[in-house]
Amino acid sequence: MADRTPVIVGVAESDLGVTDLTALELQAQAGLRALDDAGLRLQDVDGIAATGVSRFSATQTAEYLGITPSWIDATMAGGSSFELFVAHASDAIRAGRCDTVLISYGSNQRSAKLRSLGGVIDPQTPQAQFELPYGPLAPLSLYAMAAQRHMHEFGTTPEQLASVAVAAREWALLNPKAFRYGSGPLTIDDVLSSPMVSSPLHAADCCLVTDGGGAVVVTTRERARDLPRGAIEILGYGEASTNNGMMTIPDLTWPGAHLSGAAAYAAAGLGPSDIDLIEVYDSFTITVLLQLEGLGFCARGEGGAFVEDGRIAPGGSVALNTSGGGLSYCHPGMYGIFLLIEAVRQLRGEAGERQVEAETALCHGTGGLLSTHGTVILGASR
Amino acid sequence: MTEPRPISPPDRVTAPFWDATRERRFVIQRCDACDAYQQYPRSFCISCEANEPPFVEVSGRATIISFSIVHRAPHPAFTAPYAVALVRLDEGPVLLTNIVTDDLDALRCEQRVTLTWEALDDGRALPMFTPEGKP
Repeated sequence: MADRTPVIVGVAESDLGVTDLTALELQAQAGLRALDDAGLRLQDVDGIAATGVSRFSATQTAEYLGITPSWIDATMAGGSSFELFVAHASDAIRAGRCDTVLISYGSNQRSAKLRSLGGVIDPQTPQAQFELPYGPLAPLSLYAMAAQRHMHEFGTTPEQLASVAVAAREWALLNPKAFRYGSGPLTIDDVLSSPMVSSPLHAADCCLVTDGGGAVVVTTRERARDLPRGAIEILGYGEASTNNGMMTIPDLTWPGAHLSGAAAYAAAGLGPSDIDLIEVYDSFTITVLLQLEGLGFCARGEGGAFVEDGRIAPGGSVALNTSGGGLSYCHPGMYGIFLLIEAVRQLRGEAGERQVEAETALCHGTGGLLSTHGTVILGASR
Repeated sequence: MTEPRPISPPDRVTAPFWDATRERRFVIQRCDACDAYQQYPRSFCISCEANEPPFVEVSGRATIISFSIVHRAPHPAFTAPYAVALVRLDEGPVLLTNIVTDDLDALRCEQRVTLTWEALDDGRALPMFTPEGKP
């Protein structure tokens, strides 16, 4: 009987930064590069997962690529969508619905100047009546309120938050594809003296706004045996959805990462101490602290101390966001796909100067207003 | 203020909330069957699934859960800096709101606040909050 265990066999980014390409071009570029990385062709793809490129993202993507998939997923869960796609695609592959899924994303938000501070609040939602008129920056003000509350409850300091951005920059200086590669180091003072946008978060506490696309290819272990590269194991995954708006968040300092994380750990039969590499969504510096706590890498409230003193910088005791993250590598609106790409590269030993020793990696995407949470645990090729 | 605040119109379910604001009455849904409060208004009670929970007037006293001073306005209706906050009403529900104060630097989590109103152009009003004990 064929081994239908899902594995990851290809990853790639598109061009990043300021590209002047369309979102679909970037997505196609990433998809074709990831298939090439896998040793596969478009004709091998029978599943498409995509979101954020148009209203019918998976359909649009399949059409643009010229294929007729038997399985599609266009789940919109913000930056966590791609961790959810790995989960959904794995289930579909295991169930025999499809054999090879191309997960992809593309955005030209920087070139096309698509980003606005107020964000997008759908006019037909309760949020457009009960939140929009108060002028929150979306999503920034919600994360800012989480940071303010974290400081109040646990004594977390602006300097501790800044050290997340400082470490991200140090990693980016080792990654030639990073937007801030060559920008030189960032200091805690640099972060704290950058303009306050939504207190207590400064401009340098916030992720980049760049173009970019990414893709991940998932197939069966059976199929992977014929392919040139070692297959990356998908050891466990979990997801959670806790709130769409701001006023409905259950707890500002305890987002749903603990729910999706617990499911992923249980499926993998692993715990936080078994994870060698952590790739978590750094939309804002506070997001990293909240996820580290929710995923059990430190106790609740201890995220600030956990990230201090270079512990998460290159050469530190914790391998975290080794690409430079959304803060210093790239952030084309929905960053979750890049967490997976970096984890796969690290597990394959292809990360060049920034290579760490890792047999296991945890990727955690957080979407929206601490709304959606997707955890995927990966293992090096066996 | 040069432009009106961005806001979507009321719908059938939320109309009683907005209608009450015309009389500066602050009402929240409270379920007859299970006594649970909920905000924003919904067509059913999310605690016990009862239909159409009625609206009751609430105290307008609340505590700041957290807040953020916005320094870059997202829309011409807003003049930075101003405070957005999540507040917990004494009755339990949590609202997003603005804190109206001359002293943004003095805002703190767990600070007590009370209801105030900002008129909208169409006769409705937005519930906002101001630090307790301030005139």
